[in-house]
Amino acid sequence: MASTPETPPKEGFSHRTLERNVTLLGLLSLVAVAIGGIVEIAPLFWVDSTIEKVEGVRPYTPLELAGRNIYMREGCYLCHSQMVRPFRDEVERYGHYSLAAESMYDHPFQWGSKRTGPDLARVGGRYSDEWHVGHLKNPREAVPESIMPPYAFLAEKPLKAGDMRKHLAALRVVGVPYTDKDIEQANADLTAQATPDADIEDLQKRYPKSQGRDYDGNPAVVTEMDALVAYLQMLGTLVDFKAGEAQEQPK
Amino acid sequence: MPATLAKSGGLFLAMIIALFGMAQAQDTAFAVHMGIMALAALIAALAVMKGANLSGQLADNEHQYDDAPVRWGVIATTFWGVIGLLAGLFIALQLAYPVLNLGFEYTTFGRLRPLHTSAVIFAFGGNALICTSFFVVQRTCRARLAFPGMARFVFWGYQLFIVLAATGYVLGVTEAREYAEPEWYVDLWLTVVWVAYLLVFGGTIIKRREPHIYVANWFYLAFIITIAMLHIVNNLSMPASWAGSKSYSAFAGVQDALTQWWYGHNAVGFFLTAGFLAMMYYFVPKQAERPVYSYRLSIIHFWSLIFLYIWAGPHHLHYTSLPDWAQSLGMVFSVMLWMPSWGGMINGLMTLNGAWEKIRTDPIIRMMVLALAFYGMSTFEGPMMSIKSVNSLSHYTDWTIGHVHSGALGWNGMITFACMYYLAPRLWNRQRLYSLRLINVHFWLATAGIVFYTASMWVAGLTQGLMWREYGADGYLVNSFAETIAAIHPMYLLRAFGGSLYLAGALVFAWNIAMTIAGRLRQEAPMTETPYNAAADRPLPAPARSAGLGGLQPAE
Repeated sequence: MASTPETPPKEGFSHRTLERNVTLLGLLSLVAVAIGGIVEIAPLFWVDSTIEKVEGVRPYTPLELAGRNIYMREGCYLCHSQMVRPFRDEVERYGHYSLAAESMYDHPFQWGSKRTGPDLARVGGRYSDEWHVGHLKNPREAVPESIMPPYAFLAEKPLKAGDMRKHLAALRVVGVPYTDKDIEQANADLTAQATPDADIEDLQKRYPKSQGRDYDGNPAVVTEMDALVAYLQMLGTLVDFKAGEAQEQPK
Repeated sequence: MPATLAKSGGLFLAMIIALFGMAQAQDTAFAVHMGIMALAALIAALAVMKGANLSGQLADNEHQYDDAPVRWGVIATTFWGVIGLLAGLFIALQLAYPVLNLGFEYTTFGRLRPLHTSAVIFAFGGNALICTSFFVVQRTCRARLAFPGMARFVFWGYQLFIVLAATGYVLGVTEAREYAEPEWYVDLWLTVVWVAYLLVFGGTIIKRREPHIYVANWFYLAFIITIAMLHIVNNLSMPASWAGSKSYSAFAGVQDALTQWWYGHNAVGFFLTAGFLAMMYYFVPKQAERPVYSYRLSIIHFWSLIFLYIWAGPHHLHYTSLPDWAQSLGMVFSVMLWMPSWGGMINGLMTLNGAWEKIRTDPIIRMMVLALAFYGMSTFEGPMMSIKSVNSLSHYTDWTIGHVHSGALGWNGMITFACMYYLAPRLWNRQRLYSLRLINVHFWLATAGIVFYTASMWVAGLTQGLMWREYGADGYLVNSFAETIAAIHPMYLLRAFGGSLYLAGALVFAWNIAMTIAGRLRQEAPMTETPYNAAADRPLPAPARSAGLGGLQPAE
């Protein structure tokens, strides 16, 4: 069936050689497909300008991390992006466009590819905790046009995040700068951040701008809802963009 | 016998390790998965013991092709195809009627969407690729499958991968990176299966009796090698616990994004394109009874396609925090990719030179031509959408969903159905398919379904994109996000309608295949079809005659 060419074998290289040697064919294919990835991806790891240093970006607290894991578990990334593009309409709708540094501790990234719902890169602080809890429990009560699934079960389920020390330690292996103390305290930090009136002074020193309170309106139990809302409320809040804006000089 | 003992003993050991993992599990999902693995190991051990003399029989049959895994593959492809489309229709309806999320955590859109994408890409597409590659490599090499036991492991191991991935999604086990969602231990399992696949496929090529390696096998080989590379690099991660399902990607932020879309785009490029082009290069010429149009074009097409495709990943990250140089590079290569894509389409379509009348008379050819036409359309649309200014409008909208489905339903779906129609009567030694006329019914249901699907998603995508950026005379944004959701509701209904037409066509297909396997023939007015000619199918020489056929040289 193959339209084999009837030309006599040429001097030097001929494609016939490859067609008769599966090892050579496989190796050359591998070389052909490896080049693009090497040229595009490898430089991102050593070109310094890829991620410009920005003040304020820090690793997630254990509670935020547990919330982020719930965000991933429920597939939120399938309908919500976390990447504001530098267009006038997006900046006005969602806030300052996203910076590379803002996701530098995201293993994995959650930029998303589809906006069935709005972008969440800067949703932190935009709505109250009560709004988030109500919206997650019954989205159409808060937004009649919404097509989001209801997540009432999050408020029923006590947070079983696992041993957070192990999670932080795994993240340190892949490059997140958690200190020994962060890892040691991880489980205590998790509970403290979701408990009203807990002493979180030390936590806030290690994780600047972190907020501690009961998020889901049920102070008796730390639920999955607490963790998810804690994560949503910190999204996009770490970098102070006001400080970078043009300031009016006092005369 | 010692081999059987060793194999079943090893499988029992695997079962015990899985049970130990189950006992130590840090989370429920991991325990469930270890339980499934233990059960699979037990079934495999019992099967090995029961079929102890099977391998002896298999080895002696050099004059016959080893088609059992291909037959299982046809059934698996049909089964997973229907499941995947059903899941797709359900989540499409969830977007139109959110009440269908049913209030359970296991049935939300967020958990079922990966189930749909993995079922159609990896279960339906993957089984089609594995079974056709086993069929094609034997015929074009005139050699029986190398390592028959391993070929069976590839089939069943792959089904286990599908079951682990699918149950994982419903239970909330995910790495949260599109099309690479399975967690670390499922990834490791797939790696083992994939290496076995490469050994069976490569081993069969090495023992070939044809001097040349046929062009379809180049594409299959490149597909297997590239998927191995992408899968391993993209899934590098650090488990939080060796007895838990959760792991953290080795990369973060920008680097993670580009690695993921380097993988994601080339899952399209090599799984859904190179592998399916291999199917085209064998089955279109066979069904048309014509040689491939151009040998030279197939060489140029092959090398340019595999070289260029791998660069196109960054077009999924236009205007993000990815450095500009990478975005531009991705865009330029995406536009260049248009040429080899159309080179492949032309090579397939022009193979019908001199046999164009078969479009009217042969329903399988008609389906193949439709597949190639959709391949051409979506490989034009893709480069267009990768241009940054177009992408600024189309990205994040349903236009992308429409584009993907014109390729997936039109190209991958239709070429797979055509190949299965070709394979079923040959693999089960039937005179013909149960019904050729039902192929026509399938054809029109599917075609109408795709038209409804893609047209509604184009409209929805453009509507969203334009409404999001609409400014009023007062200089303020006109639409709230909620208003854009309400505006595309009718389009979501039309999309679900198109999807149900396509699913109805697939059910007709499944019925036709099942009846063919059952050996039934539908009473109907005859249609022409490429007759099954056993001699032209290039069977292996029978042992008695093989000495006389001097022209058949063993491969080097």
